[in-house]
Amino acid sequence: MTVPANTSEVASSNVDIIMRKFSDTLRSFDLKTAVYPFLGIVIFLFFWNVAASRIDTSLGQFPGPAQVYQQSVTLIEEHLAEQLKAEAFYERQEKRNAKKLAKNPDAKIKVRKYTGKETFLDQIFTSLKTVLFGFFIASAIAIPLGIICGLSDAVYKGMNPLIQIFKPVSPLAWLPLITMVVSALYVSEDPYFEKSFLNSAFTVALCCLWPTLINTAVGVANVDKDLLNVSRVIQLSALTHVRKIILPASVPMIFTGLRLSLATGWMVLIAAEMLSQNPGLGKFVWDEFQNGSSNSLSRIMVAVVVIGLIGFALDRIILMAQRFVSWDKQAVLR
Amino acid sequence: MANKFLEISKVGIEFPTANGPFTALKDVDFSINEGEFVSIIGHSGCGKSTVLNIIAGLYQATYGGVILEGKEVNAPGPDRAVVFQSHALMPWLTVYDNVALGVEKVFKGQKTKAEMKSWVEHNLALVKMDHAMRKMPHEISGGMKQRVGIARCLAMQPKVMLMDEPFGALDALTRANLQDSVMEIQKELNTTVVLITHDVDEAVLMSDKIVMMSNGPAAKVGELLEVDLPRPRERVALSKNEQFNYYRQQVLSFLYEKKGVVDFNSAKQQSDKQLKAKQQDSNNDGDETIADKAS
Ligand SMILES: Nc1ncnc2c1ncn2[C@@H]1O[C@H](COP(=O)(O)OP(=O)(O)O)[C@@H](O)[C@H]1O
Ligand SMILES: [Mg+2]
Repeated sequence: MTVPANTSEVASSNVDIIMRKFSDTLRSFDLKTAVYPFLGIVIFLFFWNVAASRIDTSLGQFPGPAQVYQQSVTLIEEHLAEQLKAEAFYERQEKRNAKKLAKNPDAKIKVRKYTGKETFLDQIFTSLKTVLFGFFIASAIAIPLGIICGLSDAVYKGMNPLIQIFKPVSPLAWLPLITMVVSALYVSEDPYFEKSFLNSAFTVALCCLWPTLINTAVGVANVDKDLLNVSRVIQLSALTHVRKIILPASVPMIFTGLRLSLATGWMVLIAAEMLSQNPGLGKFVWDEFQNGSSNSLSRIMVAVVVIGLIGFALDRIILMAQRFVSWDKQAVLR
Repeated sequence: MANKFLEISKVGIEFPTANGPFTALKDVDFSINEGEFVSIIGHSGCGKSTVLNIIAGLYQATYGGVILEGKEVNAPGPDRAVVFQSHALMPWLTVYDNVALGVEKVFKGQKTKAEMKSWVEHNLALVKMDHAMRKMPHEISGGMKQRVGIARCLAMQPKVMLMDEPFGALDALTRANLQDSVMEIQKELNTTVVLITHDVDEAVLMSDKIVMMSNGPAAKVGELLEVDLPRPRERVALSKNEQFNYYRQQVLSFLYEKKGVVDFNSAKQQSDKQLKAKQQDSNNDGDETIADKAS
């Protein structure tokens, strides 16, 4: 091993290596995958900023990117503050109960839930829970039903008029009916789910049903005829036939349906929450609008961006699930 | 024709179409002995695949029927396994699992798990595909896929192996290789094979009997040709063989010179039928004399 003559030589060789690595990464950097999206966002922010500064509303100037960023920080801080309050509340309650028990071991102690203000992050969490619950109910119905429709021409023909009629109905039109049915049928002393939660979730489920149902049926009905013939020659049982042939063959279409379903479900949920004042991001937006403070527009804009980001993330999650489940790892998924 | 192993008896089929029923086949009638290699040849669209699908039970004949070992068959089953032109491998199953799919169903309760495994491997070895058992279909070539399709078919131990233009989509060299493999396997296992083809050389090289079909609609068997060449057959040597070239010439002449004959006959029959309804039965002998001449 040769020892370098002086330190500056070592330094320069290190710099060399770093520079080479840097230029390597630069070269391997795919323009399309990183630089263009970045440019797109920068240009959008610029125009947003310019446009916002020219729009004056009764609630003040339309928020630009800077105000929106600032409000997002504020919203997180509010959430943290609320959390501290909750912790303090539970601590006090525990102490009180401990004291009671010390005095009288048979004393009935009450554990109350902290009922503070729902923060922005709470609302995000509520909306996510609701959309996923509704989506899972819908998928659990739509996928098996779609498979049956795809397999049997008779069932498909029987179902088709119903599908065609109910599909174009905005789930918001169902909302009052759902609300009444839930409050009539879901009577329980200690409800596991809140009624408002069920109302929103069923509304979401109702619109998540159709894309998955239709796409699954189409996917199943269009499985390659030769593959079906192979199954007939082998005389596979109905269950094996569905499991080994039909399901794998229609995975891409089922997932196309699921993605469409979740996307519409997410959009509808926000609207349903605004309309029915059920907790969630929609209620947050509506409350802020009614509130009408100088920060309201910025806060609504934060919600808009978050709604978009969550919708995007949900779509990516389903795509990842599809990659995991699908046999066709080469398929280009968009 | 002492023991008729597989009988295609006066089969006719009509497909419902927008302009009323379309008669694709009419009075298709021939039989196949056990262990025989039979080719069905005819122009594209004449109804070869339809015949095969009826034998397989995938289509229902409108008239007549298919009798296998004395019993009528009209539903698909592994005793008449099919090799499809499009190989029809499940793209989501490995080569091994594609073959195992049939084996697990057919030998359920007859073979143990280990026996099934070695049976699948044995059949893949038979088509020289045991080296690629863990590969997915998209990772192997077209010829290899067709080999796997043949293995899947053989592994079900069918009484008749039905092949619908299995080499049609392959290049000449791959096709020749696969033809040799199939002949070898057929000789070894004495499988009964029905092969659909539109390739004259392929038909003469591989078959014991060639069924030549007239053009549709209402296609029927035009001529039958028994190919009496010793096996194993070697394509290079055969290309100079007089007998081989005679057979070849016979098939070519049917396809390109006489292809209208049967149609003329049937057309004449049609008009005769209209003129003299009483004599329609006796007129049916027309094509049988042609068949007799050939065999
Ligand atoms: N399922 C079907 N419905 C209607 N017509 C069919 C159907 N299958 C085949 N045919 C018709 O029957 C004829 C024979 O087809 P086919 O057996 O596929 O021919 P080949 O295999 O000899 O090329 C064609 O005219 C085709 O259009
Ligand atoms: Mg065909």
